[in-house]
Amino acid sequence: MTITDKPAQEYQVIGTRPIRPDGLEKVTGQAIYGADVRLPGMVHGTTLRSPHAHARIISIDTSKATAMPGVLAVITGADMPVAENATVDMGEEEANLNYASDKLMARSKVVYKGHPVAAVAAWDSNTAQEAAKLIEVEYGVLKPVINVDAALAPNAPIVHEDLVGDDLGEKVRSTNLAKHFRHEFGDVEAGFKASSIVIEREFNLATVHQGYIEPQNATALWQSDGRVTIWTSTQGSFGARRATAGVLNMSESKIKVVPCEIGGGFGGKIGIYLEPIAALLSKKCGRPVQLIMDRQSVFDATGPTPGAKVRIKLGADDSGKLLAGTADLRYEAGAYPGSAVGAGAMCVFAPYRIENTRIDGYDVVVNKPKSSAYRAPGATQSSYAMESVVDEVSEALRMDPLEFRLRNATREGDRRADGPEFQRIGNIEVQQAAKESPHWTSELERDGPDGRKRGRGVATGFWFNGGMRSSVNMSVNNDGTVSLIEGSVDIGGTRASISMQAAEALGLPAQDVRPTVVDTESVGYNDVTGGSRTTNASGHAAYNAAQEVIAKMTGRAALLWDLKPEDVEFAEGVFSAKADPELKMTFKEVAAKLNETGGPLNATGSIQARGGAGSFGTHIVDVEVDPDTGKVDIVRYTAVQDAGKAIHPAYVEGQMQGGAAQGIGWALNEEYFMNDQGIMDNSTFLDYRMPTSLDVPMIETIIVEVPNPNHPFGVRGVGETSIIPPVPAISNAIYDALGVRLRQTPMKPSRVLDALRDKQDSA
Amino acid sequence: MHPFRYVRATTVDEVVSVLSEYGPRARCLAGGTDILAQVRAGGYELDAIVDIKGVPDVMRMDQDGHGLHIGAAVPCYRLYEDEQVCSDYPGIIDAASMIGGIQIQSRASLGGNLCNASPSADSVAPLIVHHTTAIIAGPDGTRQVPVEAFCTSPGQTVLERGEFLVGFRIPKPLAWFGAAYQRFIPRNEMDIAVVGVGSSVVLDASGERVQSARIALAAVGPTPILATEAGASLAGQEATPEAISAAAKLAREAASPIIDMRGTVEHRRHLVEVLTVRTLKKAVQRAREV
Amino acid sequence: MVLDEVAKVRVSTMINGAPMELLLAPYQSLLGTLRDTVGLTGTKEGCNDGNCGACTVNLDGRIVDSCMVLGVEADGKRVETIEGMATPEGLHSLQQAFLEEAALQCGVCTPGFLVSAKALLDKEPRPSEARIRLWLAGNLCRCTGYDKIVRAVQRASEAGPERS
Repeated sequence: MTITDKPAQEYQVIGTRPIRPDGLEKVTGQAIYGADVRLPGMVHGTTLRSPHAHARIISIDTSKATAMPGVLAVITGADMPVAENATVDMGEEEANLNYASDKLMARSKVVYKGHPVAAVAAWDSNTAQEAAKLIEVEYGVLKPVINVDAALAPNAPIVHEDLVGDDLGEKVRSTNLAKHFRHEFGDVEAGFKASSIVIEREFNLATVHQGYIEPQNATALWQSDGRVTIWTSTQGSFGARRATAGVLNMSESKIKVVPCEIGGGFGGKIGIYLEPIAALLSKKCGRPVQLIMDRQSVFDATGPTPGAKVRIKLGADDSGKLLAGTADLRYEAGAYPGSAVGAGAMCVFAPYRIENTRIDGYDVVVNKPKSSAYRAPGATQSSYAMESVVDEVSEALRMDPLEFRLRNATREGDRRADGPEFQRIGNIEVQQAAKESPHWTSELERDGPDGRKRGRGVATGFWFNGGMRSSVNMSVNNDGTVSLIEGSVDIGGTRASISMQAAEALGLPAQDVRPTVVDTESVGYNDVTGGSRTTNASGHAAYNAAQEVIAKMTGRAALLWDLKPEDVEFAEGVFSAKADPELKMTFKEVAAKLNETGGPLNATGSIQARGGAGSFGTHIVDVEVDPDTGKVDIVRYTAVQDAGKAIHPAYVEGQMQGGAAQGIGWALNEEYFMNDQGIMDNSTFLDYRMPTSLDVPMIETIIVEVPNPNHPFGVRGVGETSIIPPVPAISNAIYDALGVRLRQTPMKPSRVLDALRDKQDSA
Repeated sequence: MHPFRYVRATTVDEVVSVLSEYGPRARCLAGGTDILAQVRAGGYELDAIVDIKGVPDVMRMDQDGHGLHIGAAVPCYRLYEDEQVCSDYPGIIDAASMIGGIQIQSRASLGGNLCNASPSADSVAPLIVHHTTAIIAGPDGTRQVPVEAFCTSPGQTVLERGEFLVGFRIPKPLAWFGAAYQRFIPRNEMDIAVVGVGSSVVLDASGERVQSARIALAAVGPTPILATEAGASLAGQEATPEAISAAAKLAREAASPIIDMRGTVEHRRHLVEVLTVRTLKKAVQRAREV
Repeated sequence: MVLDEVAKVRVSTMINGAPMELLLAPYQSLLGTLRDTVGLTGTKEGCNDGNCGACTVNLDGRIVDSCMVLGVEADGKRVETIEGMATPEGLHSLQQAFLEEAALQCGVCTPGFLVSAKALLDKEPRPSEARIRLWLAGNLCRCTGYDKIVRAVQRASEAGPERS
């Protein structure tokens, strides 16, 4: 279902559902993902990883591995070039090169379990693995810190002796606190004083992983002239190039990154893990080297989202108006600084007009793998807390929770609690659509079978959505089709959404624009596929390139008619003479005559796009709880979200449904179960429990369209918001079913039972 | 992985011979769903793997007047796709149809499940409550062991060097017999049991009174547990909610769970009680339906 | 190649209808055999321990996680992978349905789902939603939330097995 802000514009291609251009390869097994790359003479590598979460490396002896027949190269931290202490812009993340290099291969200290300490290349992967077992490492084990409280406690073991923390501008040494920032507006104390209802709660979230099905991989070929080609499943080939160049202390122009098809990213494949290691092994043995991570290492040593401790305090008056709000966000950065606490602060109060706010954000280093972006990074953590407290406040006021949101909804011109002003946003429209939805307006049967209880919950999320940089090239083929060369890795159908925008602009059918995703030497700069930016920015770049094509084609038509270009116009795929509308040619007909009118016709489009102006989403969930076992089942789910403009509605729906499913897993069962040595006990898909097809129902989607003023078709971007509402919506639904509020994720069966028992005990 | 030899056996003697030669450095391969994961994870090293799926006795599934013979390597799907087995042994089918997903059930076997000797094995508890006997072949011939005595500690069984599990004999259920197995998992499929309970009852001809009952617990002790006192408590009783509840409390006492990443002690004890009640009710219902 | 201490094993198998003679190290999985020895990379590795279904193939008519089967076990058996699903006549109705329903986003789990779903429809041409979800529970998808995958299977079951 789609609800639009204004009468539907007549589009030919936008809003339709063509089969995606890369679909055939993907349903036949022909698509080449990173691990499918096969190069002549290719050999295989593996990494040796630390079994300890925190330890000094006393010595490493690789001699037995090197001596093993079939081994071609062995490297350790000593082989890693020394990187400068500079920051590198990675898109949704920043990387300090010193830390980035250390993260990939430890030098003197390991700071997370799974931290690589050596790597081996051999003829086959089994030999490489057996050789790695022969590398002798002597560790001096240290006590790890595995949550924010432990990390900030007095006399806590310090993860990085050289870290200088920034506490509201003041430098702090010998600390695990990398940063403490604050956003403050108005007078929160006065606001709380004037409130008739004040509620303050604390929430804890466990570390969770993006859970992409494809593990990280990299294949590298280091040529004798010092140039390196890397094939990898990455969300951003240019970012990977920059990061690899930084870590290897070499010029970006010597590195070519070829993005392979990618089996899921969700933010976790923005950063690099294997690329420089594969490159150095290749340099040492003179052959292409392929490394593929095993699933346990993906859990131990890539970038999960931060675990967090979040406190929210809200004050409202009798009429239901929010007067004050404070948020205390303490996020685990992992073993190096840089959690998404900043983004969490940007989103926490975004749906609500609150005059007096104070947000404190803490970025805390702990002995866990360095956190990475995970779909709306940081926002789920802060919104779990906020949306749960909003639920309590609206209940205390006896207000319908959607009515409460409408009462306090932010709109264009309002200031966000971290400073920026909202452009045109669809907050109110989303709440309204949720309120009128079949789900919300339907009666909930509260008693399930066999004593189970049902409840309904609702929650809202916001993500600001990126713009950033994209480049495309376009060329017109003699048969009237258009080749679209882009650099945006296609994770979820963006070949389709980008080429559809070009097709719309050119008046061509969708199939006539043929997109290809190419390497870093074949197209101009593109920022990552992430940040919900790709359909927006890369689509906009394609739109711009299309305008140049139209201008040039107009010139060709004019030439054919012996007219000046300004005497020719183009509309809906047809060129015509302004003075004589009967004189016309289709795009295809002009294309057939390119050779006679000047030869090849190429165009480029590039953009530093303005942001997506933000996407609000509200989810409604019905849960069914077994009060004897604590098991929570999702029986009905509706996701409402403002897409601005849904270019390909099926892929917009897909983003909404996918984020909802991830949020359901986050809410109910997913967690890093850490023992007190800082080791994840459940590093398999058996015990890291992501939803299966049996764990979720059909997910209804309602697309709201309030156009983004920055984009020619109004596209906002949708990829991320959908992971934010599920966790609090489910928590609110459990409360509705059982009368207990869970303030810790995952809200697993044992916690539901504990909450029920506590409630019984206090009754 | 340490390289191992692959032997495809076609007779019982061949299997015994390889196992005798290699001792703990060799294992039987049935469905492979436990062993390959464990070898890869570095749990142990093997020099030989002997594929027993070519040995007819190990793949048999047939019923006669005395009961059901199931070879050790019979994959779960063969059990639940057999109408007769489904109709006569629903309590075992409960487990066979919930181990892993369809892909796992194409390969995983009751024999493999038992020999893996994980405390949380799903199929062991229902076998126990069906009075199942394990048939073992070895250098000294064959012997039989009640399933409840087969596992000695996590990962350990009564199998001696050279011995392997050939199959099971499940006695034909008496009239008025009913059994059920249920487990608790956090998702709806693909999980290892946090707690599993198998219950069976034999009712008297009136269908009201319990003549005998068996209750077996999974995932709450180092081995599957036959809760003898709990089962015995129902003998001669009417199958009332109170009697069932009392038995469930005794079953709870019989459990000795540990805390691990799948559950805490308290929750496991609680779930034992809940699942015992549910499976006893189901067993009684099935006994009455026959 | 590295000299193994154990001998390789001769395997005669049928892969997507083509007879093959292979010489395999005993410890290599069927998944590794397909991807590295035979060169069919359509079957994917997600976890290598039987928990995600990305490596699903059809072995003698039953779907299995090929990471949990040894390559040598394919001797005398028929293996069908994603590469064998389409024919020169066209895509299987499931493949077409997945495209039309947009039942894939990153696509890495798709081969496993298609092989699993085909086995279901071959057996039960008109499964209910609940049956589809149960059958596919051994295949993890992280992108779609399963909604469109289930709809694609339903669509294909209505269309029947004709090629498109």
